[in-house]
Amino acid sequence: MHVVILGCGRVGATLAMMLAAEGHSVAIIDRDRESFRRLGRGFRGKTILGIGIDEDVLRKAGIERADGFAATTNGDNTNIMSAQIVKVKYKVPRVIARIYDPLRAEAYKELGIDTISPTLLGAGLCRDFLTGRPWRSIEEYQAVRETLPRSPGSERSR
Amino acid sequence: MYVIVAGGGKVGYYLTKALHGAGQEVTIIEKARRRFDLLQEEFGDAALLGDACEVTTLDQAGAARADLVAAVTGDDEDNLVICQMAKRKFNVKRVIARINNPKNEVTFQLLGIDETVSSTKLIYSLIEQEVEVADVIPLTALRRGHLELVEVALPEDSPAVNRRVRDLALPHNCMLAIVVRGETAESVHGDTVLRRGDIVVAITPSASVQQFRAALLGRGAPTA
Repeated sequence: MHVVILGCGRVGATLAMMLAAEGHSVAIIDRDRESFRRLGRGFRGKTILGIGIDEDVLRKAGIERADGFAATTNGDNTNIMSAQIVKVKYKVPRVIARIYDPLRAEAYKELGIDTISPTLLGAGLCRDFLTGRPWRSIEEYQAVRETLPRSPGSERSR
Repeated sequence: MYVIVAGGGKVGYYLTKALHGAGQEVTIIEKARRRFDLLQEEFGDAALLGDACEVTTLDQAGAARADLVAAVTGDDEDNLVICQMAKRKFNVKRVIARINNPKNEVTFQLLGIDETVSSTKLIYSLIEQEVEVADVIPLTALRRGHLELVEVALPEDSPAVNRRVRDLALPHNCMLAIVVRGETAESVHGDTVLRRGDIVVAITPSASVQQFRAALLGRGAPTA
């Protein structure tokens, strides 16, 4: 399958190398050319310099024929916006956005964008390791209400 | 009316000031501490420190009872998220997004944010009008820019002068609506004979403006 990845940071680059090693066609986008060095010399996928909320850039990466899209930049909103463009306009079947802010991740999950929150996942895994509990499912780790205390009250609600 | 302004840059600052001056209740949200201090100095409790993209910040700002949220940060993706959160999490009736890249106007509409303002586009359209003086002047875009309402003054050398409208080689779906002669305006029909100095108001598909120009002015794109 053809996968487009936005953001060539540690997660994006590792994902690109994993998928390429499995024989998938991969195109990875980043706005900084230097970041492509993370991919190493053997990387056989395509690298595209540009901003992922720009549709010309997405098309250059072959979004029209993509089977999957992963947004892994360090900007939550860039990931949200690009994931929505790709899902709504290009109808890519599998779209995932990495979102650090757990509440935002949950909000967009409700809106039909599959999200992964490394914040909840990472903290939850560490907690379970430290307290000697068995590993849980991804859904359990990402359930905001069970993990985070109630949000602060609305000061200006009245 | 209660308005939340997200983003305390220059646009947000002056917008808040104007709303304040008009006696409206406003909260301005800014995430950078230094900028916030400045806003607090000016607006007091109406300034709120926080990231407007976060549910908790919008909640603190009282988004649930806001009549309008204006997202005016310098980043289009932030403005999109702020508007979507306001609309979907807090049921804010009206949201307005500032956009910097005019191309994003269509994207925002696709993603459910209909009201956008792009200063790039506004300035561009002003320049465009300036460039096309004595040519085809765009009056307004219709149907999200697929059709244009335009105005053109017929010069002496116009190929349309002294001809009936039905005999002109107008583009498909193009309609001449009104002709202005001196102080009077008449509706145009197939037998109307155009004269030098006539101002014609027409509706044309945006894609056919060049063909329209050729039919009425006998030339292609305006020379700069």
